[in-house]
Amino acid sequence: MITLDTISKKYGKAEVLNVPSIEIPTGESFGLVGNNGAGKTTLFNILLDLIRPTTGSITTNDIVVNTSEEWKKFTGSFIDESFLIGYLTPEEYFEFIGDLRGMNKGDVTTFLAQFNEFFNEEILGKKKYLRDLSKGNQKKVGIVASMMGNPKVVILDEPFANLDPTTQIRLKILIKELIKNKEVTVLISSHDLTHVTEVCERIVVLDKGNVVKDIQTSTETLKELESYFSV
Amino acid sequence: MTLRFLKLEWKQFVRSASFGKSIALKIIMGFFALYFLVSFLAIGIGGYFILKKEFPASDPLQLVNSYLLFAILGDLILRYLMQTLPIMNIKPMLTLPIKKSKLVHFVLGKSSFSFFNILGLFFYIPFAIVLIKEGYQTAGVLGWLLTMILIIQSANFINFLINKNNVALVFIVGLFVILIGLQKFKIVDVVSFGGQIFDAIYVNPIFSLISVVLLLVLYWLNYKQLRNQVYLDEAVAAKVEEANTSDLSWADKLGDVAPFIKNDIRLIWRNKRTKTVFLMSFLFLFYGLIFYTMDAYKDSLPMLMFASLFVTGGFTLNYGQFIPAWDSAHYKMLMSQSFRYRKFLESKWVLMVSMTTILYFLSFPYLYFGIDIFLMITAGAIFNIGFNSLFLLYAGSFNRKRIDLTKGGFGNTQGTSATQFLVVIPLMLFPMLLFWVFNTYVGYNSGFIIVASIGLISLLLKNYAMNFIEKKYIKDKYAMINAFGKEA
Repeated sequence: MITLDTISKKYGKAEVLNVPSIEIPTGESFGLVGNNGAGKTTLFNILLDLIRPTTGSITTNDIVVNTSEEWKKFTGSFIDESFLIGYLTPEEYFEFIGDLRGMNKGDVTTFLAQFNEFFNEEILGKKKYLRDLSKGNQKKVGIVASMMGNPKVVILDEPFANLDPTTQIRLKILIKELIKNKEVTVLISSHDLTHVTEVCERIVVLDKGNVVKDIQTSTETLKELESYFSV
Repeated sequence: MTLRFLKLEWKQFVRSASFGKSIALKIIMGFFALYFLVSFLAIGIGGYFILKKEFPASDPLQLVNSYLLFAILGDLILRYLMQTLPIMNIKPMLTLPIKKSKLVHFVLGKSSFSFFNILGLFFYIPFAIVLIKEGYQTAGVLGWLLTMILIIQSANFINFLINKNNVALVFIVGLFVILIGLQKFKIVDVVSFGGQIFDAIYVNPIFSLISVVLLLVLYWLNYKQLRNQVYLDEAVAAKVEEANTSDLSWADKLGDVAPFIKNDIRLIWRNKRTKTVFLMSFLFLFYGLIFYTMDAYKDSLPMLMFASLFVTGGFTLNYGQFIPAWDSAHYKMLMSQSFRYRKFLESKWVLMVSMTTILYFLSFPYLYFGIDIFLMITAGAIFNIGFNSLFLLYAGSFNRKRIDLTKGGFGNTQGTSATQFLVVIPLMLFPMLLFWVFNTYVGYNSGFIIVASIGLISLLLKNYAMNFIEKKYIKDKYAMINAFGKEA
């Protein structure tokens, strides 16, 4: 379970985030939607203790993220390309992350085998450094790396952006697979309302740092969101 | 339109990372630039009189002329290694309603004003003025000066035509070596032959028109070549290199720092700037030769100590001072992974210590200069291993400048701030001072002993120091993430 307790972030006088209180039960797929500058990435960065909140704290599985680092062991994430190491090949990058997550070479190979379809033969064995891959292929690497080492929490910022249509569909299947057993909590932000309503059971809409909607996904949700954003 | 381009250039200059934030850096960079310009200016003004005094029998202009051929070839080699055409800058403009020919003219025109072309002028112009003042024919000197300027410009454009073609480099270097050889073994008198060409221009300034034609032809060739290549898949394309993967599993023996060590080895080998640092550290090995062979330093022991520190410390100093900024591009990711920060720092430490040890073994030939020099190098190596490695790790926690590894190597100051200059004091001056004090007031061997002991004591206190350093890094985590996240 992840608890956000009155999280706010101010830069000078400008308040970029102000979330009263949100509880995300274990196994929930949680979608974060909002226009540019709504505070989605800031919230994720605070969740990962990369930015300190001005007020409030985040507790994940009874660990307060900015006092202990134990949460890192069960949290996988991909925020942007800065999560990749540009001068490594994808294989070496997976090996590096695997090392940090206690997987040996064999584990990594077995783990990667299940993503063959997702990679679409564009990632492994290409003799290219990550910095020379296309944006979409970089994203594939980052997303898969975030799922290494059986994480209990997976945080993905804009995972659908830059992916080709086939990969978008495959990613949706991948996420659904991940949450099937209700053991992994998945947090996703997206600009794409269709995708996010399809994979997330619950959707929170941020606007200029404030929570304006918090809905359990139903057949009506997509319409509701579309009408909200069409103003 | 040109004005608008110039405005863009100005903004690029003023807003670039090296110009930007740090005042201290600005002053020091400015100082270096000034130093170069002033030295050239001084040689330009004083050159005539120095030559006159040293070689009263010959004419200063003819002396300069006779070596110009070598200077031009040397200039070409230097340019080949260091100068590139800034063609990528026009990428955002390709789709705007601007004629491609205009863009090409702008890129070429701009290259005329590069540092390589300006520096020479600081010698040639004052030299020419002095010549005129000393009673040389004005027309002749002006024709000569014009030729020099045009030759510099021609070299500029020849360099872009060659465009990093290795065959051309081999040709130029070959020519350079052959000319020196011909001169040295007195087969052909290259020096006086080269001199005659340029002397002729002074006598008949009209010959300088030949270089006008040369420059125009070169410019036109450049234009032709570039104009056809202003496409994303040609001149404007970023180069993609094939990954060369080597098996680093031997590093697994190092235990839980192994992933970071492997990563660092790849970091060093696959990025231009880090590779330069790595290769330079072997050049530093020869630093001692300068000091140990010069009589002026024979009796200045602290200076010899200084040199000895550099012999084995090249890598530690140059790599260590930018820890952890080498990892700045993916620092955020590292901070969201589960590992003890200690491991990350420890891997850097292992790397610095191993390199210092390797360099120390390579420095054994210095025994030739006597046991005292060798003891100094040994003391310096121990100091580098014990004290400097730890101190640089600590100093690294003050680094707040992102390094973009994809940017070039030599002369790249990205990531440099006041920290880098302050760090030098304890690193270099402190052992020199200690050595000097003990050497002067206590006795000869005590100098080595004290420097080596400081290194040994630091090494023994390593665990304690590492705890302290680790805490500092963890404390400054958010500030570093924030700073490293900003585009350099």
